Formats: sequence, C-alpha cells, structure tokens
Amino acid sequence: MLRSAFCRDDKDFSACSIFGMMNMRGEKFDGGPVITAIANMKERSNGLGGGFAAYGIYPQYADLYCFQLMYDDEGAKEETEEFLKGSFSVEGAEVIPTRPCEGVDDPPLLWRYFLQPRENLACEVADVDDFVVRAVMHINVRIDGAFVFSSGKNMGVFKGVGFPEDIGRFFRLEEYEGYIWVAHGRFPTNTQGWWGGAHPFNILDWSVVHNGEISSYGINRRYLEMFGYICTLHTDTEVIAYAVDLLVRRHGLSVEDMARVLAAPLWTEIDRMPERERELHVALRQTYGSLLLNGPFSVIISNRGQMIGLTDRIRLRPLVAGRNGDFMYISSEEAPMHLVDDTLRETWIPQGGAPIVAELEESTRKEEEEGAKVLSLRGPDSA
Amino acid sequence: MKSYILPQYLVERDDYRCIRCEVCVRQCAFDVHWYDEEEDAVFADESKCVGCLRCATLCPTNALVVRHNPTEHPPNANWTRDVLQNIYKQAETGGVLLTGMGCDRDYPIYWDRIVLDASQVTNPSIDPLREPMELRTYLGAKPDALQVEGKGKKVSLRTRITPQLRLETPIMFSAISYGAISFNACESLARAAAEMGTYYNTGEGGLHRDLYKYGDHTICQVASGRFGVHADYLEVAAALEIKIGQGAKPGIGGHLPGEKVSAEISRTRMIPKGTDALSPAPHHDIYSIEDLAQLIYALKEATHWKKPVSVKIAAVHNSAAIASGMVRAGADIIALDGIRGGTGAAPTMIRDNVGIPIELALAAVDDRLRQEGIRNRASIVVAGGIRSSADVIKAIALGADAVYIGTAALVAMGCHVCQKCYTGKCNWGIATQDPYLSKRLNPEVGARRLVNLLTAWSHEIMEMLGGMGINAVESLRGNRLRLRGVGLSQEELDILGIKHAGA
Repeated sequence: MLRSAFCRDDKDFSACSIFGMMNMRGEKFDGGPVITAIANMKERSNGLGGGFAAYGIYPQYADLYCFQLMYDDEGAKEETEEFLKGSFSVEGAEVIPTRPCEGVDDPPLLWRYFLQPRENLACEVADVDDFVVRAVMHINVRIDGAFVFSSGKNMGVFKGVGFPEDIGRFFRLEEYEGYIWVAHGRFPTNTQGWWGGAHPFNILDWSVVHNGEISSYGINRRYLEMFGYICTLHTDTEVIAYAVDLLVRRHGLSVEDMARVLAAPLWTEIDRMPERERELHVALRQTYGSLLLNGPFSVIISNRGQMIGLTDRIRLRPLVAGRNGDFMYISSEEAPMHLVDDTLRETWIPQGGAPIVAELEESTRKEEEEGAKVLSLRGPDSA
Repeated sequence: MKSYILPQYLVERDDYRCIRCEVCVRQCAFDVHWYDEEEDAVFADESKCVGCLRCATLCPTNALVVRHNPTEHPPNANWTRDVLQNIYKQAETGGVLLTGMGCDRDYPIYWDRIVLDASQVTNPSIDPLREPMELRTYLGAKPDALQVEGKGKKVSLRTRITPQLRLETPIMFSAISYGAISFNACESLARAAAEMGTYYNTGEGGLHRDLYKYGDHTICQVASGRFGVHADYLEVAAALEIKIGQGAKPGIGGHLPGEKVSAEISRTRMIPKGTDALSPAPHHDIYSIEDLAQLIYALKEATHWKKPVSVKIAAVHNSAAIASGMVRAGADIIALDGIRGGTGAAPTMIRDNVGIPIELALAAVDDRLRQEGIRNRASIVVAGGIRSSADVIKAIALGADAVYIGTAALVAMGCHVCQKCYTGKCNWGIATQDPYLSKRLNPEVGARRLVNLLTAWSHEIMEMLGGMGINAVESLRGNRLRLRGVGLSQEELDILGIKHAGA
C-alpha cells in the first residue's frame, strides 16, 4: 500500500512516451535497445518515472509466479514475506540486482520471489490466477509500505522514479534477455515521485504502459470494483491492466473484442455494420459500456504471447507501428524505432481504436518456455 | 361560515391599458375575471385566483399583473402565513389539504450544491459541433459477462442480451396518467417521445386506443388499481413499469374523482363512467418482495419475455436495500422518484413531508448495487425534480442511466406550476378533462415544445460532456470523480460519494 497518502488527486495526470519491441519468433535480446529507444523520447518525460516490462527473462523459473516487490522498510518486507509464506511455497527469494546510478535516488528495498501457490489454498479458489490476483490485492491494499510491481510468470517489471534510461541502467537491464520489452517515460503533472506509481502496471502476465489521461476513470474503477479489483494507485493506467485481465482472462474475450470494449466504435459506425457484427458490437457496448476508455490515450498492452498497441477511438494521442522481419515495434514516435533498427522500412500509423497485435508464433512459444536461443540485437547505444 | 382565508394573489389591472377584450374573462376557468357591461369595466374576484398566469400571459395589452398578496401576517417564525392559511382552510372544511405538483418546501436541492469538472491542458476537451458525441443509452439488465464464439469475421454472440430500451437521449417523460392530464397532453408527450427516440410513460390510467401507434415509445404502467391493464395494453408497450410508489405521495394510493371520469377515460381505464378511480395504497397482490417477483415474472411471461420490466418506487429511507431486493426479484429497470416528484393530486402533508431527496437516494442505491456486484443487472432511472440539463448530467454522473422528467415536460407545454392540478380546471389545457380547456393545448404545438426542450437539453449535455473530454455518455455514468460538492457537510459528501470542491 502506498504509505504516505499524498494522492489527494482523483488520479494521475501524465503525458508520456511509450515504446515496445517484440521478436515474434520468441528470440531473445537484451534490454539495451529498448533503453536507447526510450531515451530518444526524453522530452516526453520529466524524470518523475520510468519503467520496463520484459518477457522471457526467467526461463529457469518459467512455471513459477514471479513477484517483484518494493518495500518502504524491513517491517513491510517481513510482513509481506510472512503473508507470502502462508499462501505460496517460496521457491526463490532474492534482492533485485541494481547498480548506483546518477538520477536515481532513494530507491526502496527491491525484492523478487518465485512462488508456487499452495495447492490446498489455491484449490478453494476456482482459478489459480484468481488466487494470485487476490494475493496481489491483499499486499497492495493491506500491507503498509509494500507494493507488487509485477506478478506474472517468466516476466518482470522494473520501474522507479527517474528518467527511464537511468532506471534501466539502475536495474542492469542489459543483463536480462527477453523477447518482449516494453518501456515507459513519464511526465506526471501532479504526483510526487513514488516508485510504485511509475509504469508499466502489471497484473499476472498483463503489463500496460500508457500515455494519456482516462476521462472515464471514475466509472472504469467502480465497474472493476464490482469484480474484486481494488484500484490502489489512483492512476488510470491501473484500470487498463485490470480491465484487460477481466475481459481477456476471466471473460474469455479475444484481443479484438477487448479493443472493441476499450475503444468502442461509434454508434454511427455500428449502425452501418452487417447484422451479426452489429449485434456483437451493440452487446459489447451494452455490457461493457462502463469499461469504455474515454479521453486521450495510447497504450501498449503485453502478455507472454502478445504485444498490443491501441489508441483511443478518436485518436487523441500518438502511436506508430513498425515491422521488420520477426520484429514488431510500437512507439509514441517513429524516430526511436529507426534508431534501434536501421533496416526498418515498414512503418504505419494505426487508426484510432484499431488494435495492432503482435503475436508470438505458436511453434516458438513452447521452445521459448523451455528457455531457448538468444538473439543479439545491438542498438547504437550499446555498440 | 365567513372565510378567513386571504386571497393568495392580487390581480392588478391597468385600466388605461385594458381594452375590454375579455380574453381574461374567457380564459379563466376559475372565474376570477368578469366584465360589467354597465360600468364597461373588467373586475376580478381575487379569492379565486390560483396564480396560473394564463390571463397575464394572454392579455394582448399587458394590462394585468398577478402578484403574491403582500398582506403580512404578524411576524412569527413558527406561525407563518402558510401554516395559518392551512389551519383556516381545514377549520372551514374539515378536510385533508390537497395539492398538486411536487413538494415546494425548501429542502436542500443537492443538484445546486454539486459542480461539474472540465478538461484543461492535460486532456483535450471535445467540441460536439465538430466531433462525435454519443448520448445513446440502453436501459435493461446487462449480463455479468459476454460470451463470444468463433474468430475473426465469423464471431458471433453466445450470450443472449435480455430486452433493452434504446434511448437516443437519456431523458424520458415521467408517468402521468390520462385522467390526471388531458388526451392532448398525452398525445404531445407520445409524439415528442417518438420524434426524439425516447419514451413516455402512461402512468396508471391505461392507454387510449388512438395512442397505440406510439407504442414503440410507450412505457405502460401497471399500478395498484390495474386501470386499463389488458392484453393489448401490455402487448403494445415498449416496456412495462410496475408502480409501487410515487415521490409526491409515498405510501398512499391515488384518487381520480368521478367527475373526471369521462366516457373516454371510462373506456381507457375500464371503469364505469362517473365513478371514482381509486388506486389502493399497496398492490393487494404484493405484500412482500417475493410477491413483486411473481408480478414481474407474470408480466414478462405475458409479453413473451420481449419487454424489459421496470419497477418504480418512491425514494424513502431504505431505498438502497429495497432496490437491491427489486433487482434480485427480476426488475430490469429501477425507477426512483424523489421527494420533489410531482403529482396530479396528493395530500399536502404527505407531499411535503414524506420521502427523501432523489440525489441521496440515487447515490445510495447506485452504491449499494455496486457493493453487491449487481449494478449491471438493472438500469437506474431517477425522477423527481429534474429541472435542467445540468440536473440530468449530474444525475448521470452520480450513477443514473437516465432520468424521467414530469414537471419540466408539463412546464414545456405551458404549465405554470400553480399546484392546482387536482381541481381539474387547468387553464393551460393540461391537467383537465374539460374539452373547452383541453383544446387549448394543440398536440402538434405541445409536441414541438417538448421536442425543442429535449433537443436543447441534449445539446447542453453534449457541450458539458465534451468539456470533460468525454464523447460517450456511458463514460460519465457513475463517474463521480467528475463531480464536486460545494458547501456540503462531510456526511452529505460521503453519502453522495463525492469530494468537496478544492479537494
């Protein structure tokens, strides 16, 4: 839970840079290029928050839930570890390695745990993932001074207060190798620096980086509360992560249908659709109208198999996509994509509300999970 | 017995302006004005004046001023003019004090203590004249989750959505019965609802056959008297509404005096001509929540599960718990009517002292249904004192799906809120069955005025939504972060679920 209740504001207002790159064959590369890319959009952030999500980084623990946490103090750590031991079998616990870095001050205690839900407990909940979500909610809401950065398998979120490139160096991200890397540089207008408040936001496998402000936040949050999601951070990005978890994991909607909820087509467009399609769209808006994300946003939503870019339906925030062979890029601006990939030719600007989906090839998914080959991709910065 | 009641109004006639046209004489059904041929002058019996301003409005030379009688009672904070006059009335008649329209006491109007948000810098506001702005609203139960089959182009819906009402603007016309108001007033409401893509509500007086053609925009009410309820009536409606209570008179029934039961009303209500139409206080087949569930399912069954069923209650102390029960009993729409809700006739003491303000009831019900995780299973429609588009948008942000307007709709047709509906002598041709009076309201003009009102309010709602950076009304529904209270206590803020301005 957020210890100092400084959040008098309803939510976080911020403008930002977002960048994501994925190798769709599941070949891994280190965190260098993504740091280079996000650094190139420095003027879109102001040093009050930066962060990364990386997928495929813990192949040796691929079947375990990895909780990456921040603690304000030892007391919070003890209380959290006590709680974790009660609900999970803790297969690994370590300090997240960092290095001193100029521009990154006063870091909290940073720990990660590899966890196996205790079967007897998890059985009481219909779904193991739901059990994990409840554990995350418990820590974030009930334990003073502890906050879960990420809770997925074979992935992790690294974030903090500072410019994203400094945060990347602080967390030694060039030492990790993943096949999806997502980054965020933050320009908040109203929150003081709090490490937990930086992006990406994560629940289970889902990570979200977000540029924009959700005008519908109040109702999005209240709707999600009906389904047991407790928004602890007063940031609109958090609701996106929970909304995606609800729609895709719990309600089983496709990514396309999820996009149709978050950035619904206008009624005038729906009225012109053929009957069956119209029926679907009307039902989606009727049922999930409270999850429509209104206001300007562009987001990159990722999980272990996908990286999805989406803007609001009238496209009030920028988003560019690029593809080069097995690599897919999604970014606030076009320049950083070329900076890390000088053979990139195919770039485009997606329409408002239309999702860009990069998917891991099925055949490589399994290989990936077994901890497979590593690709070396060098950005100019690391050269 | 000599009456001690002072005239409520004074009628001042500028004799220099008066041209003796006698418009006032002909227009006043209360017989206030008369022309004296010998003196060639027009006089007024002010004791009969109800202050409806029909004469002043129609006087071609503006010769008339009607004003509140300034005669002062001895100053006294307890024994005010209203209190004394009521006692004189009852001492002279021995009767229950009657009145019309909504409560006129100065209970806090929370709408006026709530302000709206707007976007600045971090989030662009949206200009509804250049950008799409969506007010479409569906009323009815929504599933907890949607199941979709297939992939890509072949996707199709597995979940069957229960029947919904589609509103092009989140404003409907409240239940007002044929009997309480004239046929022309009913037709005005029906035509306006059809033109605007919304709904009007028959109230408990049945539906005249000539209005069946507007059935797609009609919510047919089933009240405790069951007047005019038959198979065709249920079949022709777009939705049904079980009326449990009314904001103006929670806990009591209704009474349409026999003199108002004309041949047409007799046929529509299915009661003998000239007999009193008495609605019992409760439905005598609903003494508990499970009985309500039975009636809801009986109506759904009778209409082949093709129509949403609304249940309307007066906002009372424990509305939240009652509403939760109603949702679980199968209501698709919860209609809440607050203490300021109108009526054709109600005992004054009940109208002015029973019930709670709609703002508080709405906030409590919306919260409760969310806490129980069943908010999606019914839409909330609020009524009772919605006066402007600002009230509408604040109601939506507090958690309403749509609003009902009654008084505002009558005002649009000419009502001046004199509160004398129960006399049947409405000079504006609205709350009357006298053909001489009711023909004053031309349904075409009435409908035009109502359409204009809804059009204007819809534009204003779009402007305010756009200002908040929102382009679909569902993103404001229940979005209380976009509201702030001004001058409210912490307890009031907590109940409303909003912060104080500045916080």
